[in-house]
Amino acid sequence: MQYETVIGLEVHVQLHTRSKMFCGCPADYQAAEPNTRTCPVCLGLPGALPVINRRAVEYTVLTGLALNCRIPEFTKFDRKNYPYPDLMKGYQISQYDLPLALDGFLEIDGDTQLGLGRRRIGVERVHLEEDVAKLQHFPGEGYSLVDVNRSGVPLMEVVSKPDMRSAEEARQYLTLLHSIVQYLGVSTGNMQDGNFRCDANVSIRPVGSQILGTRTEVKNMNSFRAVYQALEYEVVRQREVIEDGGAVVQETRGWIEEREVTVSQRSKEYAHDYRYFPEPDLPPLRIGPERVAELAAELPEFAPQRSARFQADLALSGYDADLLAGSRSMANYFETTLTLAATAKEVANWMLGDLARLLNQDHREIDASPVTPQRLADLLALVADGTLSTSLAKTVLEEMYATGGEPADIVREQGLGQISDTGAIEAAVAEAIAANPKAVADYISGKDTAARFLMGQVMRLTKGQAQPELALRLVQEGLELQKTRGSLEP
Amino acid sequence: MAPGAWTVTGIRAAVAGGDLSAREVCAHYLDRIAATDGRLHAFTTVLREAALARADEVDARPLLGVPIAVKDVICTRGVPTTAGSRILAGYRPPYDATVVSRLLDAGAVIVGKTNCDEFAMGSSTEHSAYGPTRNPWALDRIPGGSSGGAAAAVAAGQAPASIGTDTGGSIRQPAALCGVVGLKPTYGRVSRYGLLAFASSLDQIGPLTWTVADAAAVLQVLAGPDPRDATASTEPPPDLSRLFPGNVRGTRIGVPRVALADGVDPEVLDAFGAALAMLSDRGAEVCDVDLPHMQYAVPVYYLVAPAEASSNLARYDGVRYGHRAKLDGAAAGVSEMYARTRSEGFGAEVKRRIMLGTYALSAGYYDAYYVHAQRVRSLIRNDFDRAFAAVDAVAMPTTPTPAFRIGERIDDPLAMYLGDVFTVSANLTGLPAISLPAGLTQARLPIGFQLVGRPFDEATLLRIGDALERDAPWSDERPPAFA
Repeated sequence: MQYETVIGLEVHVQLHTRSKMFCGCPADYQAAEPNTRTCPVCLGLPGALPVINRRAVEYTVLTGLALNCRIPEFTKFDRKNYPYPDLMKGYQISQYDLPLALDGFLEIDGDTQLGLGRRRIGVERVHLEEDVAKLQHFPGEGYSLVDVNRSGVPLMEVVSKPDMRSAEEARQYLTLLHSIVQYLGVSTGNMQDGNFRCDANVSIRPVGSQILGTRTEVKNMNSFRAVYQALEYEVVRQREVIEDGGAVVQETRGWIEEREVTVSQRSKEYAHDYRYFPEPDLPPLRIGPERVAELAAELPEFAPQRSARFQADLALSGYDADLLAGSRSMANYFETTLTLAATAKEVANWMLGDLARLLNQDHREIDASPVTPQRLADLLALVADGTLSTSLAKTVLEEMYATGGEPADIVREQGLGQISDTGAIEAAVAEAIAANPKAVADYISGKDTAARFLMGQVMRLTKGQAQPELALRLVQEGLELQKTRGSLEP
Repeated sequence: MAPGAWTVTGIRAAVAGGDLSAREVCAHYLDRIAATDGRLHAFTTVLREAALARADEVDARPLLGVPIAVKDVICTRGVPTTAGSRILAGYRPPYDATVVSRLLDAGAVIVGKTNCDEFAMGSSTEHSAYGPTRNPWALDRIPGGSSGGAAAAVAAGQAPASIGTDTGGSIRQPAALCGVVGLKPTYGRVSRYGLLAFASSLDQIGPLTWTVADAAAVLQVLAGPDPRDATASTEPPPDLSRLFPGNVRGTRIGVPRVALADGVDPEVLDAFGAALAMLSDRGAEVCDVDLPHMQYAVPVYYLVAPAEASSNLARYDGVRYGHRAKLDGAAAGVSEMYARTRSEGFGAEVKRRIMLGTYALSAGYYDAYYVHAQRVRSLIRNDFDRAFAAVDAVAMPTTPTPAFRIGERIDDPLAMYLGDVFTVSANLTGLPAISLPAGLTQARLPIGFQLVGRPFDEATLLRIGDALERDAPWSDERPPAFA
């Protein structure tokens, strides 16, 4: 029996706003001491009232537009009621039946191993809600701690349709969604930090069946790799259950990273009745077509389009183009450098090579690079006009990175300009020839490679500053002269 | 007092006595500094603008020195705010409600927190966990509720004004039963930030006072936009000081006769008729209006209010503040803590309403109860909007009966609820409403006369109220035991 996998993903994206969703507390809680980003509103104190964060609404609409969604004119918030110590008010302000965005899609390449090509994965909805507090448990100690800093941080939920057919397709969808929210700047999208969380709904059914099988919800996947592995595992697990004659139980299962298995967490049979009703403390919102058009105009060109343009217009390889277009700041840096008169291939090589290496060592993002696009362009100009050899330029780049200095200044201060004065090099050539009679003899007896050796010596003698091509030519001329002289010897 | 002879004590007396404004004093000294410091150089910085602004602030304190009592469902920083409940025994909020800040900025003096039905749920103040309040006109009777303490305090001369809250009649009904003025503003006129929520779409804060002019003065301070309350109107309130003396010549008053047909005490009906006659004598035009859906107001209210309350009271769980049940043994978990805390902390009426509300919102019943009630609510509002095409205010008695005895209806919640028949419509529709003293029964118990107005038109209600109050034979009546 052949089975088809059906996967839907629910992704919670923490929005990168300055303040929380319903109060003025700073939203940057990650590094703060526990319970220092609180106020009566996010603490759920008696008498407190929520007020809507406009920017969070705009970020959600932008994301909806980027996902090709419809933005309804009328939207509202609702209360989702359930008791838990991490939920300050005993209800979460979320959106139920009139979310900010509906009926969108993302295009993925598809799982070619299954014979599936490029197609659309439906996005059911995008809505806005508030995050809950963080609990810390101490098994056996008899208490738990509550850190309210995260309570009220804006959370955007993207719910896909169950259109994915394998873990690979889920990975593609997730990667693309991640790229989009980063590109928009609405979230830093860091799974490890908890601002990009993924839950999956997984079921299987006989190929050709139109009826959905019983699904399980898989949670606690903290990296893209974990999502992939967990989904692969769960599909196999469900198939084995069925082939053993059993039935898949509708439940929530947690991914256990260390054991690489999913484990049942609680039965979903008694689904909690959240008693949703419209939030009476917040007026409904009207987002008119004019405002939607204004926001749509703010949408940037996303990674896939930008990469395609780099390949088409700038003749970059697919690999390089994808890397450069991978983040909005990388792509912007790249394009800025190009406007300062440099060639695409050159810039790509330097950015993806030496500059990337330096940034990675420091775990720095390109926005924080001491080597600005202007300085990189200047450096490349010095290579192009012959002032610096490529290898010397690498040294200068390191210095630029370390000090934030201008390439021209560094070259001047360290006397690194390539020597292209023939006379200066000839002296070194003469010295090299005089000091290496064996190499000279090798050359005369036919070993052309000896010339390269002597060129290396010349480079050493000139502290690497001799223009390499010129040095080689002069070495060859000098050796030819030796040859002639030698043949003239009696 | 000649400027050259001004002393600290002299200035203090002159400003307090109203002979001089703080601005005048300030301006005088600033001018003197300007004229003399060129020669002296005694100042390194002169705060001309800031000083004048501060002087203006001092002058603009319309409630300077006025003591005000505050219902115990409104947050007062550092001062116990119990909502009349054991679940918040000793709870001291870390912040002031917006209305409290405004009162303090206006120079008022908060003299205390007043008793109320637990979480404002009730019409008699018998549901307070701290014992009932008594009616100053007859100590064996209820003062009304839920703002019973606030009404009794003003009636007995314990404070010239108090602020209460009104979700289904809780300012107006106790005002009527205690013979004082009680005003529920339009929903959104006064900020709810810092009000312990009962029903979010119905709650409003308002004044209880002896006179209509006093109610206007206090409302003026309470009202206005608040960025912390998304349901508060962003329009600034009108100037309410120029309404008096109230003139009702040509003012049209509508009466929903059908609604008055059943269940109203004959003495209440008589007082109601007498008040209308007085207004008519002063030039008002009285006519009938039809409010066909008002008969559904009480059932609609008792679905919508408990539903919202069941959600608003979910936060009282013993985790962060208030009462937390003591658990025996390590086996007890969070669920048991929640159940015990709330069982111990909440009284019977609150539990009743939480259960009613949870039921009305639950899966399978939500559409039939909550949604349906909200739809009928719109119909009730439509009735009033239509009526206001023909009249400027709708008049009704505030309550069907005068104050009943303490304990008389405590075992019959439904009988208690039905007493709200004339007040809940104003909350469901968001319209402003005022209860005015309209005389006493034979047994010397107060009766209230109620007016409901157009949205944000408190001014018309105050104007009519002032006209009724002037020369009314009962306006000087006071509770005999507390005169």
